[in-house]
Amino acid sequence: MSLRTEIEKVARRYPSSKSAILPALRLAQEQYGWLSREALEEVGDALDLTPAYCMSVASFYDMFNLEPAGRHTIEVCTNVCCGLVNAQAVLEAFELELGVAPGETTADGEITLRAVECLGGCSTPTIVAVDHRYRQSVTPEDAPAIVQELRGG
Amino acid sequence: MAAEAQPALVLGGAEEHPLRDLTSYRAVGGYAQLEKARAMPPGEVVRLLIESNLRGRGGAFFPTGRKASFIPTPDKIAKPVYITANADESEPGTFKDREIMLRVPHRLVEGCLIAAHAIQSTSVFIYIRGEYSAEYEVLQAAVDEAQRAGLMGEVTIVVHRGAGAYICGEETALLESLEGKRGQPRSKPPFPAIEGVYASPTLINNVETITTIPVVLQVGPEEFAQIGVPPDSTGTRVFCLSGNVVRPGPYERPHGITVRELIYDIGGGIADGRELKAVMVGGSSFPVMTPDEIDTKLDATSLGQKGLFIGSGVVTAIDDRACIVQFALRVAQFYMHESCGKCTPCRVGTRWLVQLLRAVENGTATEHDLEVLLDVCDRIIGKCLCVLGDSAAMPVASCVTKFRDEFQAHLEHGGCPFGADSSLDRLFAPVDQHHLAPVAHEAGV
Repeated sequence: MSLRTEIEKVARRYPSSKSAILPALRLAQEQYGWLSREALEEVGDALDLTPAYCMSVASFYDMFNLEPAGRHTIEVCTNVCCGLVNAQAVLEAFELELGVAPGETTADGEITLRAVECLGGCSTPTIVAVDHRYRQSVTPEDAPAIVQELRGG
Repeated sequence: MAAEAQPALVLGGAEEHPLRDLTSYRAVGGYAQLEKARAMPPGEVVRLLIESNLRGRGGAFFPTGRKASFIPTPDKIAKPVYITANADESEPGTFKDREIMLRVPHRLVEGCLIAAHAIQSTSVFIYIRGEYSAEYEVLQAAVDEAQRAGLMGEVTIVVHRGAGAYICGEETALLESLEGKRGQPRSKPPFPAIEGVYASPTLINNVETITTIPVVLQVGPEEFAQIGVPPDSTGTRVFCLSGNVVRPGPYERPHGITVRELIYDIGGGIADGRELKAVMVGGSSFPVMTPDEIDTKLDATSLGQKGLFIGSGVVTAIDDRACIVQFALRVAQFYMHESCGKCTPCRVGTRWLVQLLRAVENGTATEHDLEVLLDVCDRIIGKCLCVLGDSAAMPVASCVTKFRDEFQAHLEHGGCPFGADSSLDRLFAPVDQHHLAPVAHEAGV
């Protein structure tokens, strides 16, 4: 199914097709990895919205990549509940392992590291979302194996 | 302890294993309340909710039945009416809705269908935060299964995924986002019950609230109204215990359990033999609690008498290794990051709070800056369309007033007296990583 067909299908679930912009942007990002000008135009065409409007919405939400990002993402929660039990050390372990700072992508374009706000897993800190799947009770010692898993996969 | 005798209701049947499929949910009486509700006139269901005095579990604690009674009945309005379940759980320290969706997704679906009957709606949206992937799949599977089993009747349930924005948990921002816009709060009135999504009456309730609806019908509204601390704080809460405790976790207990009981009796006390220093109660959006207040009961009235809030049922223990200035700074950074930018006091004020707290932490602040800090809080609270700004100002102001000595020590010490020993030392905040750095590979390669 083409992206346009998929978007049109999702849009039919809502009384107004504009409501489908978040799912549509998500689909475009899943297909292209990030939301380029061309991707925003494609979403806009499918929903009868301008690329500028699509950009204004996409830029409001944290989960949309407005620049190329890594093939994989590692997101470390650094809000207070994880912070109280050493999330900073977990983040630093990933920085060391990947050789990048939070917000950066490895030179080979494989892995983007991010610090993120509370992921809602506060009873099993530190929460790390690896390709958007939560890993619970992550410690600094777990970082090498997680990176290895992504590099091998 | 009496508080322990109350069995789990919202998470009932799922204490050991999640009840994800229809068969296991039916085995604990699932969907029997829907059948019961559908046999009643819609107004009767609303009346039972009013009688139970169930109140919103998302943070505002508004009476659920009364809110439902504001929705015009079909003879009064020609437009469709909508239900929106708020599953955009993002309040720091809160993980109860995630637990509910993972453990009893069908009870949430049943609650949505009972609510739909009560206000005669055929269209339900569940707005789930974008980061919840596994939770989305579990919930969507439950919706699909209920559909296949013919439980939906005339109702459609659309699970709508957000895309990372705390503000979308605010009800009018959620509606904007659902309409395909930037999630910026609306001016009220009109309230959503009159003009919500697509300019139509909309009932918005938190996931835990909706999941409690079948419970109300199951135990009966009179009985439900006796659980907890009647008349205002009825029923149970899925409390979110976290931080420096031995056994963090979601614990469903009646309103009225004390913070001490939750932390020490249920949570096993403070980990690593440390001392309790402060408690984040309700969420990070509210004033912090000091150790001398921990015998306060977790119900709206008891907390309210101390200027505290029940919020989304958060209890986060902070031990004596944490620098309270760093805590306030990290909280302020969160709200600065999440401010939608619509109202100036919040957009600018949260930034100022971060700057001032950083100055205190770095030892470049003066005595006067502490007054400025409180003054900025005062100039945010109650001056914006929504409460996001208040949510930054209230905890910060409480830290300055309740831990004044520690702020003072920073001024006198010329920086953090903890040195590098604070548990929150150097904690990185996402607000400091605005943009992704460019990468080598091209799109799609």
